[in-house]
Order: sequence, then C-alpha cells, then structure tokens
Amino acid sequence: MKRTQTAALALAVGLAAATSPSARADTASDIAQIRKEMKSLRGDYEKKIEDLEARLKKAETRADDAEAKASTVASPVAVADVAPPAPAPVVSAPSSANAFNPAISAILNGSYNVSSKDPGTLRVPGFALGDEAGLRDRGFSLGESEVSISANVDQAFLANLIVSMGSDDSIGVEEAYIQTTDLPGGFTVKAGRFLSGIGYLNEKHAHAWDFSDAPLPYRAMLGNQYGDDGVQARWLAPTDFFLEFGAEWMRGDAFPAGNADDNGSGTVSGFVHSGGDIDESSSFLVGASYLRTKSDQRDTGETFSGKDDLFIASAVYKWAPNGNPIQTNLSVSGEYFLGNEQGTFEGVPVDYQRSGFYVQGVYQFMPRWRFGVRYAELQSDDAPLALAGTSLDNAGHTPQALSALLEYRTSEFARFRAEYTLDDADTQSNDEFVFSYTVAIGAHGAHSF
Amino acid sequence: MRKLIFSVASLAAGLFIAPAQADVNVFACEPEWGALVIELAGDKASLYVATTGMQDPHQIQARPSLIAKARAADLTVCTGAELEIGWLPMVLQQAANSKIKAGMPGSFEASRYVQLLEVPTRLDRAEGDIHASGNPHIQTDPRNILLVAKGLSDRLAEIDNANAITYASRFADFSTRWKAAIARWNAEAAPLRGVSIGVQHAGWIYMINWLGLKQIVVLEPKPGVPASSGHIADVLATLSKQPVKLIIRAAYQDDRSSVFISERAHVPAIALPFTVGGSDAAKDLFSLYDDTLKTLLAASK
Repeated sequence: MKRTQTAALALAVGLAAATSPSARADTASDIAQIRKEMKSLRGDYEKKIEDLEARLKKAETRADDAEAKASTVASPVAVADVAPPAPAPVVSAPSSANAFNPAISAILNGSYNVSSKDPGTLRVPGFALGDEAGLRDRGFSLGESEVSISANVDQAFLANLIVSMGSDDSIGVEEAYIQTTDLPGGFTVKAGRFLSGIGYLNEKHAHAWDFSDAPLPYRAMLGNQYGDDGVQARWLAPTDFFLEFGAEWMRGDAFPAGNADDNGSGTVSGFVHSGGDIDESSSFLVGASYLRTKSDQRDTGETFSGKDDLFIASAVYKWAPNGNPIQTNLSVSGEYFLGNEQGTFEGVPVDYQRSGFYVQGVYQFMPRWRFGVRYAELQSDDAPLALAGTSLDNAGHTPQALSALLEYRTSEFARFRAEYTLDDADTQSNDEFVFSYTVAIGAHGAHSF
Repeated sequence: MRKLIFSVASLAAGLFIAPAQADVNVFACEPEWGALVIELAGDKASLYVATTGMQDPHQIQARPSLIAKARAADLTVCTGAELEIGWLPMVLQQAANSKIKAGMPGSFEASRYVQLLEVPTRLDRAEGDIHASGNPHIQTDPRNILLVAKGLSDRLAEIDNANAITYASRFADFSTRWKAAIARWNAEAAPLRGVSIGVQHAGWIYMINWLGLKQIVVLEPKPGVPASSGHIADVLATLSKQPVKLIIRAAYQDDRSSVFISERAHVPAIALPFTVGGSDAAKDLFSLYDDTLKTLLAASK
C-alpha cells in the first residue's frame, strides 16, 4: 500500500519534471485534482489507488505527446493564433506561520581610511559638533551595517524597522516607524523614529548618498543627519507637477536639539518640495525647509541652552540622454544652510549666525563607472570674547572641503568607491583617502530621486 | 472632499490643473500598455505614459513628475513580474494614492494574464538581473497583447462602470482587428521560422516562441551583466560552429556589444523597436509588429 503510494507520487513528480511548460498547463489541473483525491483516499482503498495510477499514466502519455508537439514547434507548421492562456490558479500550498514574512534586506559596508592628520583631533572652528559628526578613524573599519525589515501592517499602515550595527558592536535603532497607506486626499502620516524630511540628503540613508560622508553643512549643523522620535504629516498637492508639503513634530533629543524632551516643546519642522521634468532627458527637484530645535543643557563637551533655527534651500538636477541613465547620466545638487543659535553657551549669552553650502556633481561616464566632485564651505559669526578658545571660536578661519569620487559598480547592488578629500575644515589642512564598499542583499529596494 | 480641495486650490492659486475631462486617469508604466489603453478606452481615458521606447523599463528613476502623475491616477497599467521593482514601489509610496496600491482594482499588472516563460529555478542574484516570476518582456508576442487586452478591458469596466458597454464594444472591435493582424503577421513571418539569431539581452523569448526563431547566443553573460571579453570570445566560438543570421537588440540598448560581435561574425546587428516608440515607424501597437517584422525580414534576407 505504502509502496504503491510512493510509486504514484514518484510518478507525479517525474511527470511534472518531464512536461514542457505548455504541457504542464494542460496537465497541472489534472495532477492537482489527482493529488486532492489521493489525500482524501489516504485509507485502505487499494483499488482506487490503482485506478488513480492508471489515470496518472494516461496523463503522462498526454504530457509526453504535448512535449513532442512542443519540440516540433520550430519546424514550419502553422502556429496557434492565440498564445497559451495563463495557467488556472494553482491550488495554493497550505498556509504556514512564515508566509507573511516581511521584506528583509541588509546593507553592509566597510572602508579603509587614510588621513594625514589624526582625525580624532580635528575640529570645525566656529561650530559645536554633535556626537556623530566626527571624522572616520584611520585604518580598516566596518561602517554601519544596517538591517531593514518592512511590510504592510494591515490595509491602513506599513511599518519599517531599520537597525544599525556600528563597528564598535553597538546596536541602534536608526528608524522605526509606521506610515499610513490609505489616507485620502494625498495625505501621509508617519509616526515613530525616522529621518526628517528636511533638505535633500537628510531623508536619504547614508548608504544611498553619492559620497560616503555627509557634506560639511550637514556635519556641522545637523550632526550628519537629523532623525528623531516624533510624527510627520505630508500632503502631496493634486497638481500636474510635483508639489509636496510636510510638517514634523519631534521629541528634541538629537543634535542640534538637546534634552528638550522634558518640557515637550522639542523640535518642529516644515518643508516644501517641488519638481518635475524639464524635457525628456532632464528633471529637477527643489526644496525649502525650516527646522527649529530647542536645547536644555545640550552637551557636546560644552553646554548650550536655547534655540536653534535653521533654513535649508536645496536643488537637484538630473540628466540622462533620452531619460535612459544606463550609459551615461549626470546628477548635480546643492544645498544652502542658514542658521541662528540664540541662548547661553558655556554660561555666556550668545546670538550668532552661521551658514554653509555644498555643491556637487556626479557623472556616469560609462556604464558602472561614476566620477564626482564636491565642494563645501561654512561661515560663522565671531564668538564673544568670553568664548575665545571654545568650539564657537572660528579662529578667523573659513572651513572648506573639496572632495573627489570614483565609483565602480558590479551591479546595482554593489558599489566600490575611492574618495579623496582635501579637508580644510580645521585650521590645519588634512588629506583624507577613503576606499569603501557598500552592498545590499535581500529584498530589492527602490531608491528615491 | 478631493473635488473640494481641487476647486478651492484652483481658485486660490491658479497653479492647479483643472480636473481631467476623461473618466479614467490612467498611468501606464510602459508605452505598449499606453497604446493598449488608447485602443481600449479611447477618449474615456486620460493617459500618462511613464517611460518611452528609448528607456530601459528596469532602470527608471522615481522622478518627481512620476509621483505627481501617480497621485492623480485611477488606474496603473504596468507589466509587473518585478520589471518595475526598482522604481514603481517608491513612486507609489510617495504618491499617497490608495486607489493604485498593489492589490487594489486600480493596480493592473499585465503579466498576470499570460503564461510567463523562463521562470528561474534558482533565485540568486549571482544569476544576474532575473525575475522571480519569469521573463517580464511579454509584449514581444502579439498573442499576449490580446490576453492582456481582455483583462484590461474588464478592469476598465470595473473601475468605470458607467462606460462598461463602451469598453466591451471597443474590446470586441480591437479583438477582431488584432486577430486579423496576427493572421497577417503569421503569414508574413513564415520565412523567419527556424532562423537562428543572437540576442543582446534575453528579452525576446516571447517573440522567439511566436515566430519560431532559434536563439543561439545571448551577448550578456547573465541578464543585465555587460559582456566581458572572455564571454565575447565564447560567443564568437559558438557562432563559428552555429552561425546566426541576425543579432538583435532593443532600441534603447547600447549597440556596442552587438556591433562588435556583428563585425567579427559578419552578421547584421539590428535594433528592433521592442515597444511603441522604439522606432519612428512603431507609432501604435499595430505598427509596432509591422515594423518589427519588416526589420527582421529585411535583415534576414
């Protein structure tokens, strides 16, 4: 009995493997039907099994015939006017606990860094820097590895969790948010921890940036990238061109804010993005953003209490011949930062302006190869005499950095970059070389513009 | 509510577009589906086609313009089968339009209506740019177009029930004309049966099946991976044993590798339109196959 069953199953498997795609369509439903019957007959109906076996044999013969026909299709006989129809929905496999697994992907990166000055001692005169704004250590290092898990929660929400693992074995929650998918009128609401929608680079994950580090204004004024716990609402206007408005209300714990969560005022921001196509080959995106953060004894080695206002203007232009970026393409972007900090710094009343900008161009000169240049600069008001020698003392220096990039991709999932930066952020000039890889595995992510 | 926002906004700013005259706003991912919407819906649909015949539909950027158009769409008509996986999910997420979310009636995937070929038995990125559900380039066989047309016509009627009769009669008319055209193409293409070809990218399996062509070599060692010099040597070695009459590529593809092989193997390398707009002559679905066959027949003489 058991032997007969095994034989019948082996036959069915062999049959499935032997049939050509078109024959498979014909016999798939037969096999499914037979399997179903076999299941219900898993008792002692020897005779019926034999009957089924005979039917299977018949089906096999038919499949062989179909295969024979399929193999002669290339010969000059009349072909059907209609392509084979889509297969009838296959009887679905029994549901299992992991059938609803979310999309999982991981980003890995590593680098080898060389710099002429000790990166640990380099500062940006005129600016108090956040925790993450330091330069990379010399030598080999594992960059931040990221694991991203996302899925629809239900008909109304999606959820996204991004956990980052630093080279020092620290684990952090980079983003963890829920986002609506079903609101009418072009509205989207996000809640949890997320990267703010201000500026252009801010919302992109660092691994998606063209250069492997943040440009000077992001380093000095946003601690590389601004993300915090809070809520965000966006509205996409029903216009023929792209026009989006957004507002955020956040806890206020991340640089340039600090400890502002206690009184609940935290951080607020607003932004507007607009863009469209100029012609078939080129398109643009522009944005204006405002971020207001509060600090209560913010600790960057020096303490600051007060408020920080920051305005960002961003523009991106992308070009590809006929809109087909495979062979060659160009991306030019730039952002201008204008900020003001007001309050007390190390006990001294302060009210000072700072500004900065970067411009960069990245050109793909042949498939898989890109070359890029970036220039960034910062300006800050002179510090009061009482703060001479602190980080706000700009020492009469204008921080600047000029970077060059050469990138090679083996596929859209793997990039290898060599970067050089003539880093004049500090008063003493530093040469920095970075060689890095960035790869993505798992679920296929889609990138934003 | 949306209508209200619309009118208030248009009064306030004058920036905003007037609501479209047509009954259904369609966002077509590829030109062939745009052309099919024109056949099946005529002036009942206002159409935006996201890509052109000179663009690789795998590699499109989630441009702001696409997001704005998807925001206004009642229906997306796309190939599916992961062809648009690199950009469409981002466009949909930013477009905040629940009507066209995956699984909604406003999300139409053509590949669900035909039997996909070349379904990979091994899902591994080391195999190149493969698609889990099979080869998505279904539009190279006109018999597939008819299957998709039936599904699309039904979907249009579901979304815009008031015009259901129009869609049904337009489909009946299209179906008659299309079947006649297929019969004509089959007759014209008779000399192509059994002709050996090389392809630059493995995007032609449906056409090869339809016309009974024989694919001898693929210039890309793996889908989406450019030919290395070692692979080119292998291809030339194969071609010396099994000569081909043609090397074909899609109009949007760079011609370097096919021209290189063409010069050394002494066979013509030709660009086929691949989709509507891929050549000057391929203006709609009918002329797409007219031009494809004309080019193939001329080059294989």
